[in-house]
Amino acid sequence: MSNTQTLREWLLTETPTSRRHAKISAFYHGWLTLRSNTMAMIGLGILVLMLFVAAAAPLLAPHDPFTQDLGNRLAPLWSDGHVFGTDSLGRDILSRLIYGTRITLYIVTLVTLIAPVAGLLVGTVSGYVGGWTDTVLMRITDIFLAFPRLVLALAFVAALGAGIENAVIAISLTAWPPYARIARAETLTIRSSDYISAIKLQGAGPIRIITKHIWPLCISSLIVRVTLDMAGIILTAAGLGFLGLGAQPPSPEWGAMISEGRRFILDHWWVATVPGLAIFTVSLAFNLLGDGLRDVLDPKAGD
Amino acid sequence: MSMLNVKNLNVWFGKRQQRVDAVRDATFEVARGESFGLVGESGSGKSTILRAITGLAPNWSGQLSIDGNPVPQKRPKAFYKQVQMVFQDPYASLHPRHSVDQVLGETLQLHGFRDIDNRVVKLLDDVGLGQKFRFRYPHQLSGGQRQRVAIARALAPEPELLLLDEPTSALDVSVQAEILNLLTDLRADRNLTYLMVSHDLSVVGHMCDRLAVMKSGEVVDILSVAALRSMEASHPYTRQLFEASL
Repeated sequence: MSNTQTLREWLLTETPTSRRHAKISAFYHGWLTLRSNTMAMIGLGILVLMLFVAAAAPLLAPHDPFTQDLGNRLAPLWSDGHVFGTDSLGRDILSRLIYGTRITLYIVTLVTLIAPVAGLLVGTVSGYVGGWTDTVLMRITDIFLAFPRLVLALAFVAALGAGIENAVIAISLTAWPPYARIARAETLTIRSSDYISAIKLQGAGPIRIITKHIWPLCISSLIVRVTLDMAGIILTAAGLGFLGLGAQPPSPEWGAMISEGRRFILDHWWVATVPGLAIFTVSLAFNLLGDGLRDVLDPKAGD
Repeated sequence: MSMLNVKNLNVWFGKRQQRVDAVRDATFEVARGESFGLVGESGSGKSTILRAITGLAPNWSGQLSIDGNPVPQKRPKAFYKQVQMVFQDPYASLHPRHSVDQVLGETLQLHGFRDIDNRVVKLLDDVGLGQKFRFRYPHQLSGGQRQRVAIARALAPEPELLLLDEPTSALDVSVQAEILNLLTDLRADRNLTYLMVSHDLSVVGHMCDRLAVMKSGEVVDILSVAALRSMEASHPYTRQLFEASL
């Protein structure tokens, strides 16, 4: 029978024959839902393109991003050999943008690996265990929330020393409290539900309940929040760069490029605008994809 | 030997001024292989007794014993192999992100079974769901199908005592009959003991051998189903309840 079945039928079957088959089938269904969402596909396309650009930066960049050419500084858009012009030191903006993709991806990936995971951990433990644990963890969260984000990040970077890695740590330290709050709120509604009672009656311990039963339900709202925060993360990194505490010159970080171009914004607007547009595009892509992913990850909205 | 013995059970919620006594001094006994009903109006503490037996309501005092062994405050794993519960609302008792296979597989794994694949298949057959439901998610199932999955989950550890918390009240009438028949068949096949909570006297009359009547946290009367059928109630509240359900 499997010989006459097409791959598509095998993937869309109502009666999977094995656990692996069911998983692949569920994945394919998710993919179909995502694919039917045009906006999410645009977002995904931009991000895939960005990944490709970051990977192939040396092949794609027309110039070395660090080579200065003071005779040809602040060249306008579409000038000879410099599609996006040059900056105040005569460096090719397009090449710097292409190499900057790597830094942006690096920051975003690290922060999204640290902050939501830390928030999820703190929030779910706090919400599930309750009592004193909850009080202590939530007051710590409140303390972090009470400071303006950039100011707190500044303090951390000042303590840890300048550099991209420390900027990432500082941003993560300031970004986790909202995730903890969301995860705790979700946990409070989940923990008293019958399906948690049911698994308790099978003798499951708190660790299993939190990781296998509560986390999967918190993740979709966290993903949405993370994708919405992406722009903020990129901008905080840029802000730290601007203050000399994040990416160090001559590193082609997009935020640092904007703050560098800020000085010439009236006469040479493209120097700041082009990296600004890049940040805008990537943030938009993350938002679009995040919305689409939420639809996929929420099986109740499935049909 | 009685399967379940409840003696002077008190269950309360909240502390000090906010303390609410949900169950007061409840005493009854369920024999092995018997089907025992708990009836009463909403808020009379029927479900709370079940939650106290399983440990879901942590504040209780009195004596509980299963098969002659007293139940400690902290339930050991072996307890859950002996006693299982089916919840009232099948829409709330299944994890929305777990497929039927995951629900049953995890339960079997927690109870230390080895041949999980075969057992999942067998459980699904036993509750009248075929193989094609194995990898479905709860939102792809009807209410009755969900309740069958919940029953399969409760049966997975091969318990001796099954606590049924109004297992059909969230289902429509035709499905109710199916589930009740399934429960009757399972009890005969597996020699189970049932403790069933219901506010529907006809369901209790169909399913149970004896029943206890509860009113505002207290067991006011214990009688046989024969007495229920012939409307011979000694206690005035029981009579009132019978008349109201006619």
